[in-house]
Amino acid sequence: MTDILAAACIAILVVMAIALARAFKAPTVYDRVLGVNMFGTKTVLFIAASGFLMGRPDFLDIAIVYALINFIGMVAVLRFFEYTSPIE
Amino acid sequence: MAEFIDLVLLAMLAMLALTALRIIFLKDLFAVVMLFGIYSFLSALIFLNLDAVDVAFTEASVGAGISTVLMLVTLAMTGRKEKQSTHSSLLPLFVVLVTGAALIYGTLDMPPFGHPDNPVHQHVAPRYIEESPKEVGLPNMVTSVLASYRGFDTLGETVVVFSAVIGVLSLLGVRRKKKKDLESGLETHRVLHVVAKNIIPLVILFALYVQFHGDFGPGGGFQAGVIAAAAFILYALVLGLPKAFAVVGPRFLQWMAAAGVLLYASVGLYSMYKGGQFLDYNQLAADPIAGQHYGIIIIELGVGITVFAVMLNIFYAFGSQAERSNVQ
Amino acid sequence: MDFLDIVSSILLLAGVFFGLSGAVGLFRFPDFFTRIHAASVTDSIAAILIIGGLLLQTSFDLNTAKLVFILLFLLVTSPTASHALAKSARHGGLLTLAESSPQDKQESAK
Repeated sequence: MTDILAAACIAILVVMAIALARAFKAPTVYDRVLGVNMFGTKTVLFIAASGFLMGRPDFLDIAIVYALINFIGMVAVLRFFEYTSPIE
Repeated sequence: MAEFIDLVLLAMLAMLALTALRIIFLKDLFAVVMLFGIYSFLSALIFLNLDAVDVAFTEASVGAGISTVLMLVTLAMTGRKEKQSTHSSLLPLFVVLVTGAALIYGTLDMPPFGHPDNPVHQHVAPRYIEESPKEVGLPNMVTSVLASYRGFDTLGETVVVFSAVIGVLSLLGVRRKKKKDLESGLETHRVLHVVAKNIIPLVILFALYVQFHGDFGPGGGFQAGVIAAAAFILYALVLGLPKAFAVVGPRFLQWMAAAGVLLYASVGLYSMYKGGQFLDYNQLAADPIAGQHYGIIIIELGVGITVFAVMLNIFYAFGSQAERSNVQ
Repeated sequence: MDFLDIVSSILLLAGVFFGLSGAVGLFRFPDFFTRIHAASVTDSIAAILIIGGLLLQTSFDLNTAKLVFILLFLLVTSPTASHALAKSARHGGLLTLAESSPQDKQESAK
């Protein structure tokens, strides 16, 4: 079971790295935001899985904070887009 | 398991370094803010992997949450393009390289990472680990150190947070709209309205859990205050500042910020009145352990109130400025 | 390995598969709206499967409640965020691949 969890953690880490690459080099501003958002949601899953792997279930509290902050950051970005024209 | 943690740490440090390098070469400041958010998330993950759960908590909520929001508001006020630098950057590069080399040279003298004989593990840490279950009796040792042994330092930190809001308010000030309410909030996003309204109570509930469960798990007043402030910031972002002002006004928040610090300090004064020293929680009840518990719960509440009020008030100050500058 | 562990492993691996396929879609799809589609759909299913897999590892306690909370939170916020972002992109004038005619293609693709 530990092996499966470890494999899942590493695979989620790979997904995070790909999302990070999208945030680095994005064709449009929206793609960058999409990459950041995906990075955030995958981080939540990574923390949850790694908490079980290391036998530290209090990691789940951090996962909740991540999910929450990710959403608020997203709303802040949308609000920011109302002020400025994102496509130049 | 140790190899796995090392591998994860290595991957995260690599991502962190890449993010930092990418930030340097970006000219679009909005992209920089986005990547700074990722940078904070990654550092929080690293803290988490090093088993510093409380630090990760703070970094995720303050670094990635509140700072990103504040930086976005600032960008809305100032503009998105980095100003083109005209003078040459050779001298700064030289200074940075020399400083960096000196710092790396300094790390060579540092004790090996994580070694049990390191000075940091020899000094006060063993005493805290051995004595705090008997003296304070909390399962989360970080809270005992922070709130009880280092209670005076934490009082200082709370005062620093309080003075931050004084600084921001004296520079920016919160401007209420005098005329009719202008269009504000994400009016067109209907789905977001419904979801945000239903999420906010859950977030506040979670903040209360973090506040009062901090003695047993990760968390405490600081993190809880930030999360509760994040809930109100979400409300202000979606429904607009005037509606948020109707829920908690800036004037009331100023009172709250002061009340939190006063609550903390009054615990210290009360313990002096009972015959102990400043912030000596043992005097608060007949049983010293119970006294410690009362003291820690009350001062954490004080920290939570102050941090909540300060974070929200700083956001109000920035947000009202941004709305004003974009209306004209 | 008992029955629950096997089911949990299958759920975890399936969730990871969907996560990876979403990440590939983030790069391979031609325009923003197809990319956000790839990202958000896989986000939801990956969250359900991975957290479902972890749920089977818990013995019914506070951790179960926290995991359910995370799952509900993700299931509500993540599609909302995607929807709002797509709407914002639409509002900001981003066109789909089919809409952008050849002469202004380099403008919108950039």
